[in-house]
Amino acid sequence: MARRVTVRRMVVSTVAAWFFGGLIFFPILWMVLTSFKTELEAFTIPPSFLFFEWTTENYATVQSRSDYFLHALNSVIIAGGSTVIAALIAVPAAWSMAFAPTRRTKDILLWMLSTKMMPAVGVLVPIYLLFKNLGLLDTRSGLVAILCLGNLPIVVWMLFTYFKEIPRDILEAARMDGATIRRELVYVLLPMAIPGIASTLLLNLILAWNEAFWTLNLSTSKAAPLTVFIASYSSPEGLFWAKLSAASTMAIAPILVLGWFCQRQLVRGLTFGAVK
Amino acid sequence: MATQQTQVLARGLLSPAVALLLVWMIVPLAMTIYFSSLHYSLLDPGSESFIGLDNFRYFLTDPAFLASLQNTLVLVGSVLAITIVLGVPLALLLDQPVLGRSIVRLMVIAPFFVMPTVSALVWKNLLLHPVSGLLAWLSTLVGITPIDWFNDAPMLAIIVIVAWQWLPFATLILLTALQSQDEEQKEAAEMDGAGALSTFIHLTLPHLARPITVVILIETIFLLTVFAEIFVTTGGGPGLQTTNIAFLIYSQALIQYDVGSASAGGLVAVVIANIIAFFLVRVVGRNLEA
Amino acid sequence: MGQITLQGVHKSFGQLEIIKDANLDIENGSFVVFVGPSGCGKTTLLRLIAGLEDVTGGQILIDGQNVVNVPPAKRGLSMVFQSYALYPHMSVRGNIAFGLKMAGLPRPEINRKVEAAAATLNLTPYLDRKPRELSGGQRQRVAIGRAIVREPKAFLFDEPLSNLDAALRVQMRMEVTRLQKQLATTAVYVTHDQVEAMTMADRIVVLNAGRVEQYGSPLELYERPANLFVAGFIGSPKMNFVAGPPASQHGAATIGIRPEHLRIAPAAEGAGEGWPGTVSVAEHLGSDTFLYVDAGALGLLTVRGIGEIHLRGGDRVRLSPDPARMHRFDKDGMAIRQ
Repeated sequence: MARRVTVRRMVVSTVAAWFFGGLIFFPILWMVLTSFKTELEAFTIPPSFLFFEWTTENYATVQSRSDYFLHALNSVIIAGGSTVIAALIAVPAAWSMAFAPTRRTKDILLWMLSTKMMPAVGVLVPIYLLFKNLGLLDTRSGLVAILCLGNLPIVVWMLFTYFKEIPRDILEAARMDGATIRRELVYVLLPMAIPGIASTLLLNLILAWNEAFWTLNLSTSKAAPLTVFIASYSSPEGLFWAKLSAASTMAIAPILVLGWFCQRQLVRGLTFGAVK
Repeated sequence: MATQQTQVLARGLLSPAVALLLVWMIVPLAMTIYFSSLHYSLLDPGSESFIGLDNFRYFLTDPAFLASLQNTLVLVGSVLAITIVLGVPLALLLDQPVLGRSIVRLMVIAPFFVMPTVSALVWKNLLLHPVSGLLAWLSTLVGITPIDWFNDAPMLAIIVIVAWQWLPFATLILLTALQSQDEEQKEAAEMDGAGALSTFIHLTLPHLARPITVVILIETIFLLTVFAEIFVTTGGGPGLQTTNIAFLIYSQALIQYDVGSASAGGLVAVVIANIIAFFLVRVVGRNLEA
Repeated sequence: MGQITLQGVHKSFGQLEIIKDANLDIENGSFVVFVGPSGCGKTTLLRLIAGLEDVTGGQILIDGQNVVNVPPAKRGLSMVFQSYALYPHMSVRGNIAFGLKMAGLPRPEINRKVEAAAATLNLTPYLDRKPRELSGGQRQRVAIGRAIVREPKAFLFDEPLSNLDAALRVQMRMEVTRLQKQLATTAVYVTHDQVEAMTMADRIVVLNAGRVEQYGSPLELYERPANLFVAGFIGSPKMNFVAGPPASQHGAATIGIRPEHLRIAPAAEGAGEGWPGTVSVAEHLGSDTFLYVDAGALGLLTVRGIGEIHLRGGDRVRLSPDPARMHRFDKDGMAIRQ
């Protein structure tokens, strides 16, 4: 906006924005604060906002439970694994649709997106039974496979849109300069596509980390990621709010940080390009 | 346009993705269709028998189904309404010159990135608990009796949790759309004497009509299958009060172990989702031309 | 050596014929321009030579060898794109060196050649900058540098000057021509601007809807256009075409006379020869005068005079074409030669 903005407008907007933003963010803030309270403190009312005895005992308690690290590791492996494998399948697919499109390309793309729109619960039964019979229940590989398939359409779609933004004539220039297809990819396409690939992987990592349907239904203990671990706090014994808060903070912190870098990709990825 | 050599290579590179998704689509769906025609209970394996469409009849006439359908509609409808009615003004606000805009953006976006199980349990315990929750304390300050959310208004509680998670999504989409609005068009309107409200009603709202449609379609698709929040808080109850279609199918499959009925239910869910998806794909397809 | 020959080259997309039966002989070292209106196929023809598109039929010979099945990387040609197509993640040095790197030349030799090319194009101070830090003209020179450093058999230019402003365009036109003569390398240049074509080319290929209308030197096209299309395309302002009685009088279906060969005089003078008309619009540029004359049944005719002609809108005039410069066309639009 190249126009002079009135100070009054800026003040009003700023105050309003911070107020509502704070309101929306408040539950997260409250959770983080609670994680530093003692269990007793967390449960008493009136609740204290800043002036209480800060303690890190909850973090210590949660971490000393060996299964916390197991579940965190599972989250990393499952989210990371499914994203990387999806990328390996999706990059060539997106490349071919972006640079060698046929009359059917658009239909194939739309069909892929439509597979993401299928409700997971519709195939809960066969997948569960299949996993049971193949011994894949409560295994990391099983979850990696399912999440990979679930996110594949979005990864392909997002990479497609990023590849399409690379000007065709730069790739042709590489061809004229004597590059074979492989070298064209390595020296020209990939360097130019790296930002797009990175943000796609980031967003899908986040979606996989937060996935809470298949992870809840197909794993119980050994392969359970953090989503399941937190769910175990739904019927606990005794006071647990502070520990829940500490565990939750640790579970979501990395994602909040990554999510910050991912905002634009969120729009691109999850509206399937219907909004520019 | 690619030359012949690249065309052949391209087809090869595309096949793994297509093949995998094809299998992912067809195999489970085919199995679901097959199971839906059986009387199959995991409690009684080996006694499967073909009963045709009976599962569908039982499922669709089961009062639990009607209740879950109603709950689903209420849940989806309410969350849609809340996210859009609050999302539009929020997006407008974030489009203004605000000091520290990026931090405010982060605060508004954050809930979307929180795991559903974490959101649900934090809301259930720290905020909505009828005795020690923050809202309970706030209500006592104002002199209102605290609501026992999960006993007296469980559906409302779920709606609040889910709406909180999805508000950032709607806001972000609408904000993106606002920022792509043609500045020159707004300036022309100003030259023509239009005030802020007029500009909003006649230029901004129509421009937002399309993104709002997209938000509605996409949120509906994902909201139809809300699961985790219900799973960790109410378990569908009390009774059936917070059971939506997704949870109903889950409970039939993995609590009652009635595979046949759950499969029938799953297909019903697929049909409903497909109807929405049809419209969404049309909107997306139109944009792909660009 | 850079002799390029097209034999029976044609290109179709499904039912649509983009290029119809092109036959051309481009001599080594010559500067040939493909010119024509939008959609005539000139860029497609260039891309066929480059190998970026496949021919549907025919042969393309480079130094006698048919390259129709050879990928662009192996044809030994360089191309300068309309958008320059520089590699954004590489410096100017990296951009120019890329082709040599692909060819596997040793590093010291690459550096030597890159620096020589940069010196020729006055790019030496910018060697370590990225394309986004350069102006349009500088980027264009990097694109040219990238092309010349590989010492190809021929240069291919795809409307390289259209993104530059008018003044820069005139300057670059001269530089490109000078460079080409200096390097004595064949150049095939595509443009929609017939002024560029006329000033730069040794020979011009005029294309219309995928068909080669004429292939000749600029002066040939100007003085002896082969058909109505070429006659109307080359020369600005456009040639005047007159059909009807004045044409059949000269034994043709249509006659053409260029604005600069049409003499104009006030109706009062002269003894009633020529075509009568009324001046509709008069444009006085000082160096030239353009008069648009309403000649009734003959239509609106354009007259170009050197210097100032004192006529204004509404003046009645008589137009007389120079008989030596009149072009005659038959009913199929083909030129009738004396």
